[in-house]
Amino acid sequence: MSWFAKYSRSSIGAKHVMAVSGLLLLLFAVVHMLGHLQMFGGQDMYNKYANFLQSLWEVKWPTRAGLLAMVLVHIATAMSLVAKNRAARPVGYAVYRPVRSTAAGRSMILTGLVILAFIVFHIVHFTLGQVQPGVFHTLDAQGRYDAYSMYVYGFQNVGLYAAYLVGILLLSVHLGHGAASWLQSLGFRHPKYPYDKLGRLTAVVLFVGYMIPPTAVLVGLIKLPGA
Amino acid sequence: MKLDARIPGGPIEQKWQNAKFDLKLVNPANKRKYKVIVVGSGLAGGAAASTLAELGYDVACFCFQDSPRRAHSIAAQGGINAAKNYQNDGDSIHRLFYDTVKGGDFRAREANVHRLAEVSVDIIDQCAAMGVPFAREYGGTLANRSFGGAQVSRTFYARGQTGQQLLLGVYAALSRQIGAGRVTMFARTEMLDVVLNDAGAAVGIVVRDLVTGKIESHAAHAVVLATGGYGNAFYLSTNAKGCNVTATYRAYKKGAGFANPCYTQIHPTCIPVSGDYQSKLTLMSESLRNDGRVWVPMSTTDIDKEPAKIGDEARDYFLERKYPSYGNLSPRDIASRAAKEQCDDGRGVGPGNRGVYLDFRDAINRDGEDKVREKYGNLFDMYERITGENPYKRPMRIYPAVHYTMGGLWVDYHLQTTIPGLFCLGEANFSDHGANRLGASALMQGLADGYFIIPYTLGNYLAGVDAKGLADPKSAAFTSVEAEVKGGIDKLLAIKGKRSADSFHKELGTVMWEECGMARSKESLTRALEKIPKLREEFWSNLSVLGGRDSFNQSLEKAGRVADFLEFGELLVKDALVREESCGGHFRVEHQEAGEAKRDDDKFCHAAVWEYKGTDAAPVRNEEPLVFENVKLATRSYK
Amino acid sequence: MAKSGHDLIDIKVHVWRQKDAKDPGKLVKYDVAGVSTHASFLEMLDILNEQLVAKGEEPVAFDHDCREGICGSCSMMINGRPHGGQKATTACQLHMRLFRTGDEIYVEPWRAAAFPVIKDLVVDRTAFDRVIAAGGFVTANCGSAPDANDNLIPKEHADKAFEAAACIGCGACVAACPNGSAMLFVAAKLSHLHHLPQGQPERLHRTSAVVTAMDAAGFGNCSNHYECEAACPKDISRDVIAEMNKDFAKAAFIHRDRSTKADGGG
Repeated sequence: MSWFAKYSRSSIGAKHVMAVSGLLLLLFAVVHMLGHLQMFGGQDMYNKYANFLQSLWEVKWPTRAGLLAMVLVHIATAMSLVAKNRAARPVGYAVYRPVRSTAAGRSMILTGLVILAFIVFHIVHFTLGQVQPGVFHTLDAQGRYDAYSMYVYGFQNVGLYAAYLVGILLLSVHLGHGAASWLQSLGFRHPKYPYDKLGRLTAVVLFVGYMIPPTAVLVGLIKLPGA
Repeated sequence: MKLDARIPGGPIEQKWQNAKFDLKLVNPANKRKYKVIVVGSGLAGGAAASTLAELGYDVACFCFQDSPRRAHSIAAQGGINAAKNYQNDGDSIHRLFYDTVKGGDFRAREANVHRLAEVSVDIIDQCAAMGVPFAREYGGTLANRSFGGAQVSRTFYARGQTGQQLLLGVYAALSRQIGAGRVTMFARTEMLDVVLNDAGAAVGIVVRDLVTGKIESHAAHAVVLATGGYGNAFYLSTNAKGCNVTATYRAYKKGAGFANPCYTQIHPTCIPVSGDYQSKLTLMSESLRNDGRVWVPMSTTDIDKEPAKIGDEARDYFLERKYPSYGNLSPRDIASRAAKEQCDDGRGVGPGNRGVYLDFRDAINRDGEDKVREKYGNLFDMYERITGENPYKRPMRIYPAVHYTMGGLWVDYHLQTTIPGLFCLGEANFSDHGANRLGASALMQGLADGYFIIPYTLGNYLAGVDAKGLADPKSAAFTSVEAEVKGGIDKLLAIKGKRSADSFHKELGTVMWEECGMARSKESLTRALEKIPKLREEFWSNLSVLGGRDSFNQSLEKAGRVADFLEFGELLVKDALVREESCGGHFRVEHQEAGEAKRDDDKFCHAAVWEYKGTDAAPVRNEEPLVFENVKLATRSYK
Repeated sequence: MAKSGHDLIDIKVHVWRQKDAKDPGKLVKYDVAGVSTHASFLEMLDILNEQLVAKGEEPVAFDHDCREGICGSCSMMINGRPHGGQKATTACQLHMRLFRTGDEIYVEPWRAAAFPVIKDLVVDRTAFDRVIAAGGFVTANCGSAPDANDNLIPKEHADKAFEAAACIGCGACVAACPNGSAMLFVAAKLSHLHHLPQGQPERLHRTSAVVTAMDAAGFGNCSNHYECEAACPKDISRDVIAEMNKDFAKAAFIHRDRSTKADGGG
C-alpha cells in the first residue's frame, strides 16, 4: 500500500480527509452565500455576477468537478467511518447518558444525508430548472440569463421558501459542527484561541446570510424588475 | 538454614564497586539462551523484566492485574529519594545511607543500604530519561521536597502521583521489550508456587490463568519474585485490594527464609475508618506534613467542638511539642504512635474518636489557598470525595493505618533468597529498611533493585548455570507441584460452607490490628496466637467459594490468598512475640522508655529468619547478625 | 456538614451479569438495603456480593484494585456514565452520598469491540497495552541516561506533560465515546512524551506507530464529540487529541518511515 493510501485509510487520516473536504465545501458555502447577498444589489448586479460565473468554463467545470469530488469523498469517508464506528461498539448500553456532545455533532450523518438530498433538489431547481421550468433561462434586458428573476420567482413560492428554510437550517447546523471540528481534526488548537464558539458563529452567519435574501423576497422587499 | 549474606569486602563505599567487578558476566551472545521469570510488574519487577530483556535475556513476566501498569507501586504519592544534593543543603550518599539506617532503627544491613544510596542518583537520571514528568523549577531544573526522617530536601516528585509516573516509566520500558518480543507478558496470571529441581534450585513456577482457570507451568533458569508486601494481612490497609502474600509465602513453604515478618509500617496520615463496610484505607501523602500541622484539642471537653472554634491556646500540636527539631516531619512510626497516644488519652476527634487533625490553616494564611492547591490539590480533592468535608475550610482528620511491610523474604547481598536461583526484589524482600522505612524510600528501593542491582547479580548466578539445562515443564518436578496446587484449589471449592473469604479476611484483620498493630504486648500477641488458628479452622470448614475453578473466579482467587494470610498472620505474630524489644514499626509496650521505643541491641541486633518445617511443625527461627561498622548504634532521637 | 451521620439508604441496582465471553448476558435487578452514605460505590457492590454469597449466588465480578482512584482497574458504566459521571472521579472514589433511597442504579461493563467482556463487569483492556507496546515509550536503555538536570525542562512543559501523563488507562474515554474511540488515551500518552525533550527524537515515528496499533485494535474513530474529555477521571483535555492529529499529518507527509531504514535495534 502506498503511504498515502495507508494514511488516508487510518483513523486520523480519515479524520483529515473529512476535515479538508468539509472545509473546502464550507468555504464554497460561504462564497456561495456571499454571492446570493448580491440580490440586494438589484437585477443588473446579480445577473452580471451569475453570467460571469457561467461564462468562464475554465473555472466553472473544474469547480463543479472539484465540488462533486469533495462531496463524494466526504460522503464515502463518512460512510466508511460510520461503519467502523458501529463495529467498534457491537453491543450498546442499556442506559447511556451523553453529556458533552451536541445534538448537531451526534446527528451529522442524518443532517448530512438530508443536506445531500437538499443539494440535489437545489441543483434540480436552479441549475437544471426542473422545478419551475416556466421561469428557467429567461433573458433579461441585456440578453443575459435572468437569474435574478428566477430567484425571486422561486422564493415568492411559500412552499419552496419553506423547503429552503429547512435545508439551510440543517446545512448551518451541519457546517457549524464542521467549522469547529476541522480545526481540532487538523490539530489547530491552542488554549489561547478557543474555537468552540466558532462553530455556533458559523452556523448563525450561514443561516442568516443564506436566509436574508429569500426572506426579503418573501416579504416583498426584493421584487421582480418593474414590479 | 545457612544464611550467608555474601557481603563483599572492602570499605563500605567500595563494596558495590568491588562486587560489580567480581561478579561473573554472561557473554552477550549467550544471554538470550537464558530464560528468566519475573513475577510482579511493579517498580521492582517491571524494571527488572525490562532491564534484563534489554541486556538480552529471554524474559517472561507475570502479574495478576489486567495490565502491568496497575501494580500497586502506582499508588505511591509523595516521592522518591535520591542523594543528588541538587539543593546544596548538605545531602550526600553517606547522609542518605545514614538517615536510612537510623530511620530503620538500626535493623537493616549496612552494605545493602549503602548500595541503595549509591544507586539512588542513577535512578533519577534513568527515570528522567524515560520521560517521567518530575516537578520542575521555573528554570527547568528538578524540584525537591522534604520528607519525614530527613533534614535535607532530597525527595523528587510528580505532584501527588510519583508512584504512578515512575511506574508508567517502567511500564513503558517493559512495553518496549514486549513489543520487541524480548519479554513475554502474562497478565491476569497468578503465581501459585515455585518449582525446585532435585538440587534445590528454583527452575520455574506454577501459575493459574485467572481468565480460563487453567493451571500451567513455566520453566526458567532463574526466578525473580517482586510481588510486593503483605500489609493486607491486616485487611484494612493502604494497599490495593489485590496485594497478597501468596507468592512469597508459598516460596517460604518451599524453603525460602522469611525475615522479620513483624516489621510492619503504620503510616500516620490516612483517612480514618468510617464504618464496617470499609474495604480499604486511603493514604494522605506524607508530603502533606511539609505544610500541615498535626494537633488534637488540649482538653477532652473540646473534642466535639468545631476545630475552627478551638484557639491555638487550646490546641496541642503534639508532634511539635514532643519532637521540636523534626516536628511534623518526624518518622512514620514515631508520628503514628504519637497520634495513637493522644487518642488513647481520649483527645481523638471524629467517629469513634480515632483521629487527629492535620491542619493547613497556617499554610493557607501564609502562602494563600492557591499555592496550597497547586502543591496538594489532588490530595485535597481526594479527601473531600471520600469524607465529604472540605479540607481548605476544615482540617483533615487522619489516623494511622498499615501501609508497608519492611519484612519479607530473606535475601543476601545478591538479592537471592535461601533458595538458589530464586531472587526477591522490592517490598517483597526484607533488605533495606530495617524496622521502619523512611518516606519516599520504597520507590527508591524498588527501582534500585530492578534497574541497577538484579541485572548484575542475576548475571553472576546465571554464569554458573548451564544454559542447556532448562527444566522441562512436563517433568515430575513440575507436575507434582501442579497437582499440589490443583489439590489446594479443589480443597477450597469442596468446603461449601456459608462464609465468604472476605468475611474471614476482615476478621483476621481485626485480630491483627487489635493484637498486633501499633502497640504489641506479650498478652495481646498470645491472644492472637489463640484466635488465628481457630479462625483458620473455621475457614477450612465454613468457607463458601461459589463458581468453578475453570473460569474467571474472583472468589476463588481471594480464597487462596486469604488461606495464605491465615497462616502467614500467625508467623507474623510469632515473630513479634519473640522479638522482645521495640524497634521502628515494631513496638512492644513492655519495652519503652518515657514513651519511646527501647531497642535491645544485645539480644536483637539481628534479622530473624523463619524457616518452614512442615504443616504440623513449628517454624524455626534463624538469625543473621547485623554488624554496624559505619554507623554507631545509638538511640534514635528526633527531638 | 454531618459529622458522622451515617445515613442509610436502600437502593435497587441493575447489574450486567454475563457468565463468560460467549454468554449473551443480561441485566439483573438486586435490592441492596441499609447502605451507608459514606460507603464507596465499590463498597456497595461488596455489600451486594456478601448478600449474594449468603444466598448461594455467585458474586458480581468487577475489576478493582487500589480503590483510591489511581490504578485504573475499576471500569463500569453507572447510570449511563463511565465511573458514574462525577467530575474527575473513578468508580472506586464515587460515594453513596450521591444517591438517595429508592434510586435505581444501572451498572454495565465498558462496551467496545476492543474491550470484550470477560465476565459480568470485567472487560479485557489489553488493547491499551498493545498500543503502548507499539511505541508509547522513550527508547532509553537502563544505564545510558545523562544527569537528570542536563535536560532543562521549563516548568510549563513539565506541567503539560504531567497533565497528560495523569492518564490511568481505565478506558472511560472509550466507554464514553459514542464511537468507542480510544483517541484520548492514545493522545494523552503521546502528549505526555511530546511535551518533554526526551520524547522528541522518536516523536513522529511514535505517533504513527501507536495510531496504527490503535486502529488495528478495533477502536472507533473520533468525531469530536468530546464525551471522552467529560468522562476522564483525570480531567485530560481534548487538546491532546488535536496535538496527535497534527503530529500524525506530519508523520504521514514529512516523516520517512523508520522501517525503510536500517534499524540498529531498538
